[in-house]
Amino acid sequence: MIDFHLDARSGVAPYLQLIHQVRHALRLDVLREGDRLPTVKEVASGLAINPNTVLKAYRELEYQGLVSARPGVGTFVTGTLSGASLATHAPLRRDLGRWLDKARKAGLDDESIEALFLATFRGAGRGEEEDIA
Amino acid sequence: MMWLTWRQARIQTLVTAGLVAAFAILLLATGPHLVTLYRDSSFATCHRGCDQDASNFLNQLASSSPYHLIYLLGALLLVLLPVVIGLFWGAPLIAREVESGSYRLAWNQTVTRERWLTVKLGVLGLTSMALAGLLSLALGWWASPIDHAAAVGGSGGFQERFFPTIFGARGVVPIGYAAFAFALGVLIGLLIKRTIPAMAVTLAVTAVVLIAMPLAIRPHLISPVRTSVPLTTADIQGLTTSANGTDLQVLAGTPALPGSWVLSNQVTTTSGSTNLGAVPAACQPSTNAGPKACFSALAAKHLKQSVTYQPASRYWSFQWLEFGIFLTVAILLAWGCFWSIRRRLS
Amino acid sequence: MTALDARGLGKQYGRRWALTDCTLKIPEGHVVGLVGPNGAGKSTLLNLAVGLLAPTTGTIEVLGGIPADGPEQLAKVGFVAQDAPVYPSLSVADHLRFGAHLNPGWDAGYAERRVDRLGLDPAQKAGKLSGGQRAQLALTLAVAKRPRLLILDEPVASLDPLARREFLQDLMEAVTEHEVSVVLSSHLVSDLERVCDHLVVLAASRVQIAGDVDALLASHHRLIGPRRDLAQMPAGQDVIEAHHTDRQSTLIVRTTGPVLDPVWMVEQLSLEDLVLAYMGRASESARSRRPVLEVQS
Repeated sequence: MIDFHLDARSGVAPYLQLIHQVRHALRLDVLREGDRLPTVKEVASGLAINPNTVLKAYRELEYQGLVSARPGVGTFVTGTLSGASLATHAPLRRDLGRWLDKARKAGLDDESIEALFLATFRGAGRGEEEDIA
Repeated sequence: MMWLTWRQARIQTLVTAGLVAAFAILLLATGPHLVTLYRDSSFATCHRGCDQDASNFLNQLASSSPYHLIYLLGALLLVLLPVVIGLFWGAPLIAREVESGSYRLAWNQTVTRERWLTVKLGVLGLTSMALAGLLSLALGWWASPIDHAAAVGGSGGFQERFFPTIFGARGVVPIGYAAFAFALGVLIGLLIKRTIPAMAVTLAVTAVVLIAMPLAIRPHLISPVRTSVPLTTADIQGLTTSANGTDLQVLAGTPALPGSWVLSNQVTTTSGSTNLGAVPAACQPSTNAGPKACFSALAAKHLKQSVTYQPASRYWSFQWLEFGIFLTVAILLAWGCFWSIRRRLS
Repeated sequence: MTALDARGLGKQYGRRWALTDCTLKIPEGHVVGLVGPNGAGKSTLLNLAVGLLAPTTGTIEVLGGIPADGPEQLAKVGFVAQDAPVYPSLSVADHLRFGAHLNPGWDAGYAERRVDRLGLDPAQKAGKLSGGQRAQLALTLAVAKRPRLLILDEPVASLDPLARREFLQDLMEAVTEHEVSVVLSSHLVSDLERVCDHLVVLAASRVQIAGDVDALLASHHRLIGPRRDLAQMPAGQDVIEAHHTDRQSTLIVRTTGPVLDPVWMVEQLSLEDLVLAYMGRASESARSRRPVLEVQS
């Protein structure tokens, strides 16, 4: 069974954090099809959060096709994340490793690498293009 | 709500009831022997002119120690009981809840504060009245031989039951006192909202009322009887004058009014004036004639004793009147509590 | 149904108004946080809601009834006052008996299970309990009478972090199990953030903002950009807080629509930022309020 936690300082809404944790667990194969998620009561009282928050997260996961709620029984994992396993993206991982080597050789420290990556990542989300040197 | 009332008032109820019970046991233990003494005395069989027999009986009691002590202790306890009830049952009832903040817990249960107050006032008020009634009954039973004797001829330090210090320790009046003191304590506690100051104020007001009642109010509940009796030599007990030999005052023993409450006794002239005229020659210190001659000279002035009193037959009227007054005041105070508790506390 | 409906509610003590012109509608089925600085009127509002105080102006209705109006109304609302009052000389078991005798709707099984799980000794006098234990006992008493609404006045203010966490955990469990609405107050947003889905900010004895937490966070943003005169802000954007340097403006705005001006960097706010912005605005306006001078003609 999955164990939830909450990072109060991350700035990410609690229900989103729960969703991310379920998705992450699915990717890592910690959660498999047929597993039961903790009850709303267990999560609310375990984390001291509003039960509506848990309900919202579970509803969103159900909308994403990942879980299914059976009244009176519980909420069960029904889907998987397509291409979820890290193993299926080995080429991408290798490319990323090469890029990191290049960045380090160019003299960038960890912080600069992170800033560069985030700026590009966010810029790419807005539809802008950046040349990665 | 009944459970809560008893649970919260457990200690003071048990202590007060314990004290009353302890004294009642003492009365129970000594009562029969007192009755025996009474039956064996000449007073019991006397039919007329019994004042001497009565005095003898009372003197005999005074000499065989416990009886006078118990008699006085009883009178004292019956004065203290309403004070204790006002202070320890009444004042903390609401004051402690407000002071400690627990009223915020008590008044958020499924019981309105009016019902909360009704049960507390009712249960504890009636209990305090019952305890007072029990104690008064026990003491009244125990002291009945003494009260009979004292009504005929007093002495030995025993007073007749109409006398102020004993009046409040017999009959139904103590029940009225208890009700009054309790309701007063509750209202003061409700207004002051702090236990110790509420207790202090309750003590002060109760004391003032219990003293003022016999001094200022009781004498006038029913218009007293006025009568006059000629002053004989036998009645004269002494005289006083002011420094320059004028302003003669004669001290006379109270005429026989068995069981009555004498309010005042003044020696006046036949016309009722308190100016008794000149001091007789026989009474001047320079003459050195002796008391007998002085008293005869005084008697020759044809003075009289003006007595204001409440006759013995009115004893129970006074009891019920005073009980009624205190009970009415208690009810008014209780109504005041309800009125005040409806205005929310801030 | 509306859990709490206040209209023009005000409470005056002597010359000071503890609560002014409070108009508020709190729906049922939520955990509502009432947040504001000390002395803002939170306790006053909650005490008015349970009928321990009477309003000076305006009206208040709780679950459709007048507070403390009768046994039915009293049964609907469970209250834990500030500092969780209990009877110091009564034992824990006595408190449960107290609850059972005074509440027809008392759930004795729940109360006993809870006391058991909390590890409280039934024979122990309540005066000897720790702060956290007292708060938990008071919560037990309030929940076991099965109310529809729980009102808690700063329930965790004086508790250590562990006791605070345990209290909120138990509160959430009770909310899930019994479907009870909650209104709880605090002067710290961090206490409330995790558990509340509805928020009311009370400052300077007035309601500054109230609403669903998600809706509030979606409609408030931090805008960072070049220095801008506030008068030039478009309509529909209500500036709550503004900081200016000579070249830069940082604003907290409430807006119904999207921020289209590209010059602004738009950031999400945390609940704490939002509350602080409103509290800041309230204290500013309280300070600058000047008495109106009447000119006699």
